[in-house]
Amino acid sequence: MTSLFEELQPAAAAEVQTTRVDIKINGEYKAAQIEPRLLLAHLIRNGFRLTGTHTGCDTTNCGACTVLMDGAPVKSCTVFAVQANGHEVTTVEGLATASELHPIQEGFKDEHGLQCGFCTPGMMLSAKALLDENLNPTEDEVRWALSGNLCRCTGYQNIVKAVLWAAAKMRGDVPADEAATADDSPGGEA
Amino acid sequence: MFPSRFRYEAPTSIEEAIALLGANEDAKVLAGGQSLIPMMKLRFANPALLVDINNIPDMGYHRADADGSFRIGALCRHADLEKSTILREHQPLLAAAAPLVADPIVRTRGTFVGSVCHADPQGDWAACMVALGGSVIAQGPNGKRAVEVKDFVSGPFTTVLARDEIAIEGVVPKAQGTRTGGYLKLERRVGDFATAAVAVSLDMSGGVVKNAGIGLVGVGSQTINASEAAAALIGSSLDDEAVDRAAELAAEASNPRGDHRGSADYKRHIVSTFVTRIIANVQRSEMQVA
Ligand SMILES: Cc1cc2nc3c(=O)[nH]c(=O)nc-3n(C[C@H](O)[C@H](O)[C@H](O)COP(=O)(O)OP(=O)(O)OC[C@H]3O[C@@H](n4cnc5c(N)ncnc54)[C@H](O)[C@@H]3O)c2cc1C
Ligand code: FES
Ligand code: FES
Repeated sequence: MTSLFEELQPAAAAEVQTTRVDIKINGEYKAAQIEPRLLLAHLIRNGFRLTGTHTGCDTTNCGACTVLMDGAPVKSCTVFAVQANGHEVTTVEGLATASELHPIQEGFKDEHGLQCGFCTPGMMLSAKALLDENLNPTEDEVRWALSGNLCRCTGYQNIVKAVLWAAAKMRGDVPADEAATADDSPGGEA
Repeated sequence: MFPSRFRYEAPTSIEEAIALLGANEDAKVLAGGQSLIPMMKLRFANPALLVDINNIPDMGYHRADADGSFRIGALCRHADLEKSTILREHQPLLAAAAPLVADPIVRTRGTFVGSVCHADPQGDWAACMVALGGSVIAQGPNGKRAVEVKDFVSGPFTTVLARDEIAIEGVVPKAQGTRTGGYLKLERRVGDFATAAVAVSLDMSGGVVKNAGIGLVGVGSQTINASEAAAALIGSSLDDEAVDRAAELAAEASNPRGDHRGSADYKRHIVSTFVTRIIANVQRSEMQVA
């Protein structure tokens, strides 16, 4: 069991309420004994040491801390960790398998959907929530679904392309530019 | 950032939640947490006890009842309403506002009723409820009472809820004829609070307005019920004269302050433009149906 902030804080005084939470995170059951005021983002990062989830603004504005709770995107800086007790959480670490990137990750790689990468985990989880419901989104629907996630680098254009790329891949269509690359390659016309 | 220490309870029944609120001087209800948690992190709010209502079953509903009313339970999220087909069918004003409340991530947790209880002068839902003549059902130790939203919000971020009362649902009354209306919101960027927004509800019968309501967002220290503007529409056939008069009266009812989102004059101008535009949109879509 992970006791949160154990190396940062002296053992909590006896009168301080702590609660045990059990969370299924990226398919694995984890437990922690925590104070109710602990935010989910902090449990994920400092308690479970899954540092792929970023905290940007810490004021519920930027979406960098987005994770999926029971499949729905939430800003983990604005959910108490106790509230995730008994729920399922997916972070960016839960996207890839041991051997393969998730199509969304491939899309971000292929379409240059990131620069500094700070917003990327949150972007990808918002994208996952969209594609889990709709594998055939229009560009507008992608933009709308990502409108709670801020990016200070890319200008969004390549992020949108990355998600459309992933959608095509997940549908089993050859993503448009992969076909283009094939055509450009020597022998592609043969 | 994290809040100061509090005790946390997550009861599984309304009665238990009400008892907890009654027994603790400084307790607060936690619904979607999308306003309360940010305020607690900034230490604008420091409740000693949080009563989390998310584990209470059967409160996530929204439905059209046989008596013509429309009911929205305390755990119905903004996102549930955004995706709802029955909302689109029965409550065009609410359906128009649903995708404009906050951003998609906040919408998965934030609740309709929590937003009304938060009583933010920039809250979208309270203005819609004012336009619709809607009520909140409050439950306390002695039972339930209905309070019209126009009387429920008693000031900026304040409601008439007693310390041991929980808002269990929002109720929109039956339409007097065919319900139409719309919501327009000017925001600096997608997902932002309103620079100004206008909710118009119209109940029409035989081309005549039977009932009307207008709610204004972000143009005063609380949600504004532009009742005189709405009255100018009732009995009319939405002719230019009635619409112009309503737009003018709505702008007069607003009391905006100039800030980083725009000057007071600008916001007043938006209000009158939006009233006219919503009604023009309604008329255009009716022509398409006819
Ligand atoms: C980035 C961001 C952008 C936003 N933009 C908008 C916007 O454009 N328009 C808009 O309208 N809102 C906006 N919001 C606010 C959002 O809609 C909140 O969800 C809403 O204001 C509060 O609902 P909640 O369920 O999250 O309530 P909470 O945060 O849980 O509670 C808010 C308050 O209401 C009380 N309360 C909640 N439910 C009940 C109940 N059932 N009975 C009694 N008291 C109750 C709580 O005690 C608390 O005081 C935004 C929020 C964020 C973080
Ligand atoms: S860190 Fe949570 S929204 Fe920015
Ligand atoms: S890639 Fe840098 S913030 Fe988005």
